[in-house]
Amino acid sequence: MWFRLEPRAQASRRLRTAAPLIALALTLASGTVLFGALGQNPILALHTFFIRPIDSLYGLSELAIKAAPLALCAVGLAIGFRGNVWNIGAEGQLTMGAICGGGLALAFYGAEGPWLLPLMVLAGGLGGMAWGAIPALLKTRFNANEILTSLMLSYVAIQLLGYLVHGPWRDPEGYNFPETRLFGDQALLPVLVEGTRLHGGVVLALIAVGLGWLLLSRSFAGFQIKVVGQAPAAAAYAGYSRRRVVWLSFLIGGGLAGIAGLGEVAGPMGQLNPTVSPGYGFAAIICAFLGRLHPVGVLLASLLLALLFLGGESLQMHLNLPLAITGVFQGLLLFFVLACDVFVRYRVRLGRAAVGLAP
Amino acid sequence: MTVSKLPLRLFAALSAAVLLAAAGPAAAEPIKVGFVYVSPIGDAGWTYQHELGRRHLEAALGDEVETSYVESVPEGADAERVIREFAAGGYDLVFTTSFGYMNPTIKVAKRFPEVAFEHATGYKRAENVGTYLARFYEGRYLTGLVAGKMTKSNTVGYVAAFPIPEVVRGINAFTIGLRSVNPAGQVKVVWVSSWYDPGKEREAAETLIAQGADVITQHTDSTAPVQAAEEKGVYAIGYHSDMSKYGPTAHLTASTHNWSGHYLASAKAVLDGSWAPQDLWGGIKDGMVELAPFGPAVPAEVRSLVEAKKAEIAAGTLHPFQGPVRDQSGALRVAEGSTLSDPDMLGFDWYVEGVLGKLPK
Repeated sequence: MWFRLEPRAQASRRLRTAAPLIALALTLASGTVLFGALGQNPILALHTFFIRPIDSLYGLSELAIKAAPLALCAVGLAIGFRGNVWNIGAEGQLTMGAICGGGLALAFYGAEGPWLLPLMVLAGGLGGMAWGAIPALLKTRFNANEILTSLMLSYVAIQLLGYLVHGPWRDPEGYNFPETRLFGDQALLPVLVEGTRLHGGVVLALIAVGLGWLLLSRSFAGFQIKVVGQAPAAAAYAGYSRRRVVWLSFLIGGGLAGIAGLGEVAGPMGQLNPTVSPGYGFAAIICAFLGRLHPVGVLLASLLLALLFLGGESLQMHLNLPLAITGVFQGLLLFFVLACDVFVRYRVRLGRAAVGLAP
Repeated sequence: MTVSKLPLRLFAALSAAVLLAAAGPAAAEPIKVGFVYVSPIGDAGWTYQHELGRRHLEAALGDEVETSYVESVPEGADAERVIREFAAGGYDLVFTTSFGYMNPTIKVAKRFPEVAFEHATGYKRAENVGTYLARFYEGRYLTGLVAGKMTKSNTVGYVAAFPIPEVVRGINAFTIGLRSVNPAGQVKVVWVSSWYDPGKEREAAETLIAQGADVITQHTDSTAPVQAAEEKGVYAIGYHSDMSKYGPTAHLTASTHNWSGHYLASAKAVLDGSWAPQDLWGGIKDGMVELAPFGPAVPAEVRSLVEAKKAEIAAGTLHPFQGPVRDQSGALRVAEGSTLSDPDMLGFDWYVEGVLGKLPK
């Protein structure tokens, strides 16, 4: 007996809504089995994973803080991916944003004013853009593969950050440990809700989602991006410039990633250290696809990924489950979500394909 | 959802507070101790040693203590959330076991004055934040003696993470130990720019071996350098943990950390209400630094030499950085009859004589 996947002529509407629910049901079922086999009460474990981290205002604010950099990076990436521009280097652009914005905070340490923070946000965005401009230039000028160049430049940016915090930028009173001094108060994003860490970067992320949606759904530039991505020949015939789409994608993606990086250092961290990002730029690639390259979907996917992270911590802390188990459960959840998505556009058929291909 | 529950919560919290006040300090409730780890526990390395301490604490205090931990907490924005979660969850004592947790620990401690915090390797303290660190350099000096006796090529390879004072101090103490028994001995350092990267650590070890090193030691977290030494038929000296499992022939000994005694003492102090923040820098004398059992290749004469020196360090009659200590240029940095002060050791940014290459700055 043979199974095969056959593309549907049109994506199934019913499955499109059902897929997330099926994924959720499968996750809950497999979670029950997994936690039961470990001798845990499955209901308690699932509650600890999904509910407990966000059952308070503080928990919700932490979810938003964790999702914000993911959403900022992923919206930018999704715009590029729509246009077949494969920017894999959001991690590096984020890091450059943190370096440029954070560098300003250090340069004006002790001489801050209300003008500093807007400048830092600007510098963060420009830093990310500049880093994104390199692969764009290499692509449009030399046709260099942007997947490789943007990815490699990420490591360059991370090394540069390491050099700065180990060397010239380290805290002069810090016993030569690799971190900068804490930024002055006026170089920090305002906290929006007293008693939490909810900072202005979260608002920037929401604005980015809104603007991303406007660009893709309501603007001519967005239309061009989509046509270049889906039908390059038609785009060429219509005179849409591929070059322009590459530049636009990298500048938007880089700028948003840079702001995400600035949001981390001027938000919850308040300083630069060698680990500004625990891999947001790479996780954002997952968010972009999980959100089906739609800005609102990306926002939901970022919240889901953030919850996976908080849930994993919660399982470790409250049930003493090891990291490896929480990793297995997070992997299962993502697998179900992506697997169910396949059936929206494909159907399962039994029996051999009508036109057989040699094995 | 949260709002509707709030009055109930408030009531619960208030009644709990009243009950607690009524029960007084002699309540038989177990104390809760939380640990924040920077990497996965695994079966060797920095975090693994802290985990051994946690297990010891559980075994020693039984019902009097409940412990929990979170592994692989990044040293960025996430650390503060995890530390706060412990503090808000009724934990009495929280150990944050990596340098990058220093500022988050201080921030959370301000909001939770009734919780005791201890941060490993840092320098910021507060009313309810203590710090603890071990004099790893004492163990380094002793392993340097072993390397000096065992090397035939007089070249020892050192796989190191980052040029921060902690690591430089280890390299210097090791080199001084090495040259005290083998004045021709030299140390080659390769920086891998990572605390844990088995691939890079292995490459670094292989590079050092190719350059003539016949003893490999490390200031990184994985067992890859020991494994590389075992494969290439040279000696290895582990770090953090006893790594002999990964190089049964190659492994000579290792400088290991032992947090068990400190964790137990701190938990007991919280239990009897005597906990106070301290700036602890304990060494061999306090049982915080130890040597792993000698491998089969180490002859009896070397073993007894090391044991004798270890006893001298414990007794305070020997200090690895006692003068004369010269830097790479041959200039005298510590005069005969004096020893390097703690602040100078904490800020090490120069190599002693016998280390090859330039210290990256």
